[in-house]
Amino acid sequence: MIPANFDYHRPASVDEAVGLIEQYGDDGAILAGGHSLIPMMKLRFATPGHLIDLKALDELRGIEDTGADIRIGAMTTQAELRASAVAAEACPILAETVDVIADPQVRNMGTLGGNVANGDPGNDMPAVMMALGAIYVLRGPGGERETPANGFYKGIFDTERAANELLVAIRVPKPPAGHGYAYKKLKRKVGDYATAAAAVILALEGGACSHAAIALTNVGPTALNAGDAAKSLIGTSVDGEAQARAAELAMEICDPVSDMHGPVEYRRNMAGVMTYRAIAEALGRAKGG
Amino acid sequence: MAKTDIKLTINGEEVEATVEPRMLLIYLLREHLGLTGAHIGCETSHCGACTVDLDGKSVKSCTVFAVQASGGEVMTVEGLANGAELHPLQAGFAEEHGLQCGFCTPGMLMRTYRLLEDNPNPSEDEIRVGISGNICRCTGYQNIVKAVRHAMRELGHKEATE
Repeated sequence: MIPANFDYHRPASVDEAVGLIEQYGDDGAILAGGHSLIPMMKLRFATPGHLIDLKALDELRGIEDTGADIRIGAMTTQAELRASAVAAEACPILAETVDVIADPQVRNMGTLGGNVANGDPGNDMPAVMMALGAIYVLRGPGGERETPANGFYKGIFDTERAANELLVAIRVPKPPAGHGYAYKKLKRKVGDYATAAAAVILALEGGACSHAAIALTNVGPTALNAGDAAKSLIGTSVDGEAQARAAELAMEICDPVSDMHGPVEYRRNMAGVMTYRAIAEALGRAKGG
Repeated sequence: MAKTDIKLTINGEEVEATVEPRMLLIYLLREHLGLTGAHIGCETSHCGACTVDLDGKSVKSCTVFAVQASGGEVMTVEGLANGAELHPLQAGFAEEHGLQCGFCTPGMLMRTYRLLEDNPNPSEDEIRVGISGNICRCTGYQNIVKAVRHAMRELGHKEATE
């Protein structure tokens, strides 16, 4: 399990990092926590000639309340996100999701930026970011631009991020106060990728659903935004019938593969079950349960 | 491909080495420095046998390049005992039969060491979640949890008498 050799770079500034990414192009790879990249390098699925380690870039770390948003530096680790009072207060689905990603050691190294940027459909945070309507902040040689999580994922390991861009931060708009949330993930063991998982954010006004978002993990080539499923909840009391209908609509957009997690039919069904359970839990939380 | 000079602290001692950037931290420890306490189990960041402390956090040293640890502080199971005196966790594992074959033990010790540093009074549930990234195929974890509780009592006792 020895990776191919490479040259190691530890830039001292974001500008220097962007310069190196530009310089090495396809022969360079960005190293954040490394817990997706290094396993791929051991298998020689990835053989970059240059690794650009973001470890020294403290400006890419930290979680900040900016008023309407929470701004999370791309190099913030999953463990740091889990421990953040700012994140817990405004957006508790983040901590709930961190708890089902990998294991404690991996969460000490793995970063939010790496999880959302590398385009692995098995990663949990992309669906959560879609459900939250998050915005990704990318920096390239020409400066910064923002792009929404919804639309960022184009295919397996294929995203909107250009080869010469670096994800520097994630902006998460605060969901409505008192919102309900849940991330439900079916996995075979600790540390496993999802057989299927669903992220749900919803809010109630006068007993009726006024806001809903649903997104799914690992049941397609990318995380999937179940927009029709979410829309079907709006205006309802989110009773059992509405929950079941939304779960059905979520299942319709799934396109899983048969693999060690199970056959296609099973995984699609589990996506429905996870959606159903996540809606029910989010509803309970929105009602203050 | 250029070799890279690295400098780090391992169990309190400064270490300098010139390594290929692809050298994983576990290989630096075991093959370069002869610190064979941390084990290579799965080498895919699942089993936790290679767990060490890096800058005050538990990490799996099979999934960290040695160059990433440069400038940092590493603690391995070799750094746990105080001379001939076992750390209360090591004593607890011996006392409560927290191991059978012993392969996972260095990783379990280093993980539970950091767990108790971060949270001196974990519940049983917190202990089990805390070691969820460490696999033991012998004990069924029961005696490992008992060993950690044994150490908690010892450490609490030590603190109270100091």
